[in-house]
Amino acid sequence: MWIYEKKLQYKVKIKNPNPKMAKYIITQYGGPDGELAASLRYLSQRYHMPIPEAKAVLNDIGTEELAHFEMVGSMVYQLMKGASTEEIKEADAGGYFADHDRAVYPSTGTGVPFTAAYIQSKGDPIADLHEDLAAEQKARATYENLIKLADDPDVIDPLRFLRQREVVHFQRFGEVLEKVEEYLNSKKYF
Amino acid sequence: MNVRQELLNQIRAIEFMTVELNLYLDTHPCDMRALKEYNMYTQQLMTLKAQYERQYGPLSNFGTALNQGMSWRWIEEPWPWEQDHWMEGCENVDL
Repeated sequence: MWIYEKKLQYKVKIKNPNPKMAKYIITQYGGPDGELAASLRYLSQRYHMPIPEAKAVLNDIGTEELAHFEMVGSMVYQLMKGASTEEIKEADAGGYFADHDRAVYPSTGTGVPFTAAYIQSKGDPIADLHEDLAAEQKARATYENLIKLADDPDVIDPLRFLRQREVVHFQRFGEVLEKVEEYLNSKKYF
Repeated sequence: MNVRQELLNQIRAIEFMTVELNLYLDTHPCDMRALKEYNMYTQQLMTLKAQYERQYGPLSNFGTALNQGMSWRWIEEPWPWEQDHWMEGCENVDL
């Protein structure tokens, strides 16, 4: 089971509303390389991992991604909170506002709602781990794009933290892939 | 920065160490140095969390932390997504 901890993994404290930035960042909440997709991907794939190290890494990174999902949601919440409808119109976020007001909804920046079609759970650990390595790189690239779009240090700081976590996860998945390959090869020969 | 924020930041910093070491140990389960560090930081984290929870209410629920007080403190605001924003300048927020 999961236990909720009533705190964010890393501080999110955005003082100035910015609906334009909210519209950009929402993709890491409900987009193809976002935190929800990451979490569901790993937590679904873990059942078919053949060795304990692989089960543990998918379980634990899948769990950490849920904490990131909450951080990104908090960023969108704070960026939309207090924004006037005039500011929302100017930020070209009127389409989002019409459907969701200032609420947090899992979708891409262009309004495509979240879908499990973003992820795969193949039952083949080698295929799944390669997807996971790619997913971490795609998420890293998305965070780098978001950092380029941001100018508020309150926004850039948590984005940098999240970007860095993708790098660490990639490292761990690489180690797991190596161990799983070793394990599968040893089974073939003996 | 107020006392509550300070304590929360300390908890985050130590917990970050435990998360990092946890993921590392998942793929290096026999690294004795990492095991020792994991236990050391976990001990520190437990102490800090207990201190936070005595003053500001439980950090987790479903039987993982005691409710210390005469009402159900879990529902006390602020929630994490509001917390940092709301606590600006609240020096006397201690409950």
